[in-house]
Amino acid sequence: MSSLSSARLGRSIALHLFLTPLALIWLFPLWMMVVFSTMPDNGIFSPGIELLPHGNFLDNFNNLQRDTDFVGAIGISVSVAVTYTFLSVMLTSMAGWALARYRFVGKGLVVAIILGTITLPYAVVLIPQFIMVARDFKLANTWVALIVPPLFNSLGVLFMRQSFSMMPDDLFDAARVEGVKEWRIFLFVALPLARPMLAALAIILFLASWNNYLWPLLINSQPGSMTAPVALGTLIGLTKVSWGGIMAGAVMLTVPMLVVFVLLQRHFIAGIAAGAIK
Amino acid sequence: MRYQNATAYRFLAPYLLIFAIFWVWPIIDSFMISFQATRTVPWRFAPTFNWGRLIGDPAFFNALKNTLLILVIQVPVMITLALVMAVLLNSPLLKARGLYRFAFFAPVVVGEVAYSAVFRLMFNLNFGIINKLLNSVGLPSVDWFSNVTPAMALIMIAVTWRWAGYNAIILLAGMQSIPEDVYEAATLDRVSKLKQFFFITLPLLKPVIVFCLVLSIIGTMQLFTEPFLITERGGPGGGTETLGLLLYRQGFRSLNFGYASAVAYTMAGLAIAITLVQLWLTREPK
Repeated sequence: MSSLSSARLGRSIALHLFLTPLALIWLFPLWMMVVFSTMPDNGIFSPGIELLPHGNFLDNFNNLQRDTDFVGAIGISVSVAVTYTFLSVMLTSMAGWALARYRFVGKGLVVAIILGTITLPYAVVLIPQFIMVARDFKLANTWVALIVPPLFNSLGVLFMRQSFSMMPDDLFDAARVEGVKEWRIFLFVALPLARPMLAALAIILFLASWNNYLWPLLINSQPGSMTAPVALGTLIGLTKVSWGGIMAGAVMLTVPMLVVFVLLQRHFIAGIAAGAIK
Repeated sequence: MRYQNATAYRFLAPYLLIFAIFWVWPIIDSFMISFQATRTVPWRFAPTFNWGRLIGDPAFFNALKNTLLILVIQVPVMITLALVMAVLLNSPLLKARGLYRFAFFAPVVVGEVAYSAVFRLMFNLNFGIINKLLNSVGLPSVDWFSNVTPAMALIMIAVTWRWAGYNAIILLAGMQSIPEDVYEAATLDRVSKLKQFFFITLPLLKPVIVFCLVLSIIGTMQLFTEPFLITERGGPGGGTETLGLLLYRQGFRSLNFGYASAVAYTMAGLAIAITLVQLWLTREPK
């Protein structure tokens, strides 16, 4: 018995000896992001090895704000992400509800098309989307352009369909017998029951909007209409730019999401894992 | 259950409307644009104009080669690493599980721009922490940005760092949905942990692994931000240019929508072909 438990102990030590360095390597870029954001530029570009934070974050932030209106860009990013998340959650849960709870003509086709788009590269729709929004609708550099085209998502609908189809029928049938309308059943019975799934979906959608880069880069390229990642991206590669400032911006984009991740880890992981698990 | 067409489509309408405007029509439109000469006003139908150029364009083959090279090396390495992470995070022997999970899953929330900036600084030739650490153990500095091989390696390292944890989350959830008693029976029969992994976990996890592979292949196929920001527009000298970057340059720098659409359809064709091969290779035996 004792040999068995010492074998377990040996395995446990080996496990930690392997996993700890790997975890430290994985944390290293995030740690360095924080360290860089607190160092003056001449400290970042100096020969010594600096692994601990300094006290220069505010100076760096001021330099960033001098290079680009980052606070304004953050404002746009937050407003867009909040609006996008709300609309997208409504849209995908309504569609998921219809696919889960009703029998209708063309259902198989709708599901097949949604599944098909998962493997279709976004690149295929990018150019016509841009031409349509910028030239035909003349909506470049507006919030609508940032919010509406990315509203379509396939994994979210499949996730919500799954969530709604697991709910027992009698919950809704009782309301139907009372003569409650379908949209009221959806809003006041189904949605509250799906709250954990909605939370998971909302977090993933918010994050996607917050970090979205390519579409906002193309469609909202005017200063004053840029999202925060785009505004930060324009500085990368410039010659006379404060890298400490860029790092301060990177920290401001990343740390709030890390806090949300830690607080809502369960929902986060559920949202990401949902794609694959039936 | 009776048919409820009107109710169902009322719930689906907003979603399908967005889908029709921003996906269905663009998919068709993109195809048609690829057969037009788009740098004349008005655009004119010229079926071989873009496609003819594509099959003779060294820039296209360079981008295709780079994309496939990243795909063939980075995706298997990342999925293997994600599998290792998931197995170890799932081990009952692991202490402080939350800390390890945080370490591996945190990159999932980091935006492309933020991490691209950090990687650029970390891998800087003279002042980057990576070269300083290499020097401190007696190794020479690597010029990550001026030579093609290190630059490609850097792109692969960055993408792997960003996405391994994401795949580990999906794989871990897959592992946790495998019923416990399968392993208990195997343990009673004195099947080693290693054998359990290869003969129970892997086969049962196959659909989840395939899902991760397909998502990763499609993601890597469209790789754009990392070569755009980290290696400075696909540098050195197009050494890390990908199909995504070529599409961006042609479509949005040269405003050559026709040619860019042909590139986009090539990417879609490749993604669909690879996905089909993937599904066929891992199909369930009848």
